[in-house]
Amino acid sequence: MSVQSDSVQTHPVQTYSPREFHRQAHDALGNPQIRANFRKAMDGLMTKRRDSFGDWDLEILRELGANIRMRALARLPSLLERLEANCQANGIQVHWAEDGDQACRIIRELCEARGAKAVIKGKSMVSEEMHLNARLEEAGIEALESDLGEYLVQLNEQTPSHIIMPAIHLNTDEISEIMHDRTGIERTRDVDTMTAAARAQLRERFMAADVGISGVNFAVAETGTLCLVENEGNGRMTTTVPPVHIAVTGIEKVVEHLRDVPPLYALLTRSATGQHVTTYFNMISGPRKPEEHDGPKEVHLVLVDSGRSAIYQDDELLDTLRCIRCGACMNHCPVYTRVGGHTYGTTYPGPIGSILSPHLMGLEDTKDLPTASSLCGACGEVCPVKIPIPDLLVRLRRESVGEGRGNVPGAGVKRSRKEAAAWKGFQWLATHPGVWRAGTSMAGKFRALTPSRLGAWTDYRSAPKPAGTTLHALVKQHEAKRHQADKAAEEKRP
Amino acid sequence: MTPVKCYPSKPEKVYFFGTCLIDLFYPEAGLDGIRLLEREGIEVVFPEDQTCCGQPAYTSGYQQEARAVAAAQLELFPEPWPIVVPSGSCGGMMRTHYPQLFAGSEREAQAKGVADRVFELTEFLVHVCHLRLEDRGEPEKVAMHTSCGARREMGLADTGPALLAQLGQVELVEQARAAECCGFGGTFAVRHPEVSAAMVEDKTQAIEATGARRFVTSDCGCMMNISGRFAHQKKPVKGEHIASYLWRRTS
Repeated sequence: MSVQSDSVQTHPVQTYSPREFHRQAHDALGNPQIRANFRKAMDGLMTKRRDSFGDWDLEILRELGANIRMRALARLPSLLERLEANCQANGIQVHWAEDGDQACRIIRELCEARGAKAVIKGKSMVSEEMHLNARLEEAGIEALESDLGEYLVQLNEQTPSHIIMPAIHLNTDEISEIMHDRTGIERTRDVDTMTAAARAQLRERFMAADVGISGVNFAVAETGTLCLVENEGNGRMTTTVPPVHIAVTGIEKVVEHLRDVPPLYALLTRSATGQHVTTYFNMISGPRKPEEHDGPKEVHLVLVDSGRSAIYQDDELLDTLRCIRCGACMNHCPVYTRVGGHTYGTTYPGPIGSILSPHLMGLEDTKDLPTASSLCGACGEVCPVKIPIPDLLVRLRRESVGEGRGNVPGAGVKRSRKEAAAWKGFQWLATHPGVWRAGTSMAGKFRALTPSRLGAWTDYRSAPKPAGTTLHALVKQHEAKRHQADKAAEEKRP
Repeated sequence: MTPVKCYPSKPEKVYFFGTCLIDLFYPEAGLDGIRLLEREGIEVVFPEDQTCCGQPAYTSGYQQEARAVAAAQLELFPEPWPIVVPSGSCGGMMRTHYPQLFAGSEREAQAKGVADRVFELTEFLVHVCHLRLEDRGEPEKVAMHTSCGARREMGLADTGPALLAQLGQVELVEQARAAECCGFGGTFAVRHPEVSAAMVEDKTQAIEATGARRFVTSDCGCMMNISGRFAHQKKPVKGEHIASYLWRRTS
């Protein structure tokens, strides 16, 4: 059976933009299907994560993971050079790309030079980030996603709504409909039947693919090894069946030692899906050797910067690059859980996306993302490498209003004279206690005049009313009473 | 790793930082906090010039303004007494973010000195006062919402429930997803009102589903949000600051 990609379109192509966060959030909040799908999935993922750490001291492991990542980032330039040298020694050809466009061009040229027409892809968020599939398609090269979730999303002409579970926004019925519409199989609610159908469809394409493209979870500098974590075996197929394997990854994925991998892997699988191990863990250390019978004849590694070295320059923002892409921050985010991944309009949704996307896309487009958090801290609490996500959200809010260091693209875009004046007013009041007390006291005296409608607050809640007396005044009365009581007690004493 | 907090022995005097929300909207909660401390034989000093910890400006990205407001508060606590704050959110701001705000400045040591002395009220009552409570109230079911500031920034998920557990007539019930944010988030509720509303809607439903007709919290921001939602829907569930609840039932 082959994929009928030209079959009837029942699902309109949806596009999302971070500029439209508010509208997209409104739509998602009003969509009971989306709400239910995410709530159910996130509840399940939170429970699985919580139950999976029983065999480790979570805090010790997180501390270790954070330190491994910080150490790697502290030595990033030299580790990248070591990675390149050791990969090359292993026969892996290394390419550097300053941005997504250059990376797409490198990959397209590698494909074209080999006359490749069909590419099979393992899951790679970096390739999503640079819209690789579209760029290849423009060159007449068909790229097919082989991760089941990515496959469904591609069939449905959508983008992933989660970095680990791309099709998490779809439920069984919706998937059944997509499989029926796009691949012609009978409608079924049986997950095994659908999985088997997708497997059969993909199997043919693996065999026919000229090039396999994958991501990388950890690139080990000291050995030149590319580690790939996956559950479906599609990663192994992608990286071993086609004659050419191209791995593409961001420059921050490098770790120094092979021994750094087990703790990070333990953190990644537990944080992401609550698994102790994944079904597959691939360590790719070069192309097929002369005496070997299988494996790709060529292996390439494309290292993409795309804004990352600019993040690297700032000692606070640098922490953003620790991320190992587990998705736990979105699974635990009360905002993501309610609005879903597409609402963010970015490749990386949720808390990590809100601190990463401004660097990749600029604050002009993403200015509503750093504020799309109640700063509840759930993301920072579960992050396996202890990225201070709430602090970084606040840092980006500073950048948005022009009170940061000015080194994020689009810094100052949200600065408005009106708002800045309001905060200056707040500052003046809060640093003039006499005026503050007079003001709060007046607010209490004239509480009857408090408006019962306060913008959006009162669309959903009653308006708070100032109390008749401030705490300052109550304390004064209380102290006076206590003083009197003390005095009376004094007088009674013989 | 979260540093282990070493608690001092019970002092003779403490400072009380009432917070701006309590000052303006819930002054009784502040006074009840003071009463609880005084009943333990502690003299409570309320610096008159206190205003706001500066958090609203800080979380909005207005760093200079937040720093100026915080600097004014730093001056209020010259003696080495503990500073008790009846809010995990403002307490977290003072304990965690004051040192960050003034790192590398001439106020760094002062900010660190203040931050180290900041205690959230229930934390202080449990770990410093070793408070013992005798319940004089009627039997009642109550739910507790621990603020994200108390729970995560200050690591105080247990102190509120520990105090409520001492009330013999009170049955503490736990709502579903108790650790999830209520959706207040300061200016978040204004900047993303629909998302915030969806969050508080879920929170009120979870509390209502416990059967409790009262919930307590250690943060007035959460209370304003959750109670505001209950009131808007004309639901009979009432919120109360934990300080008032404890004082009311034990005095």
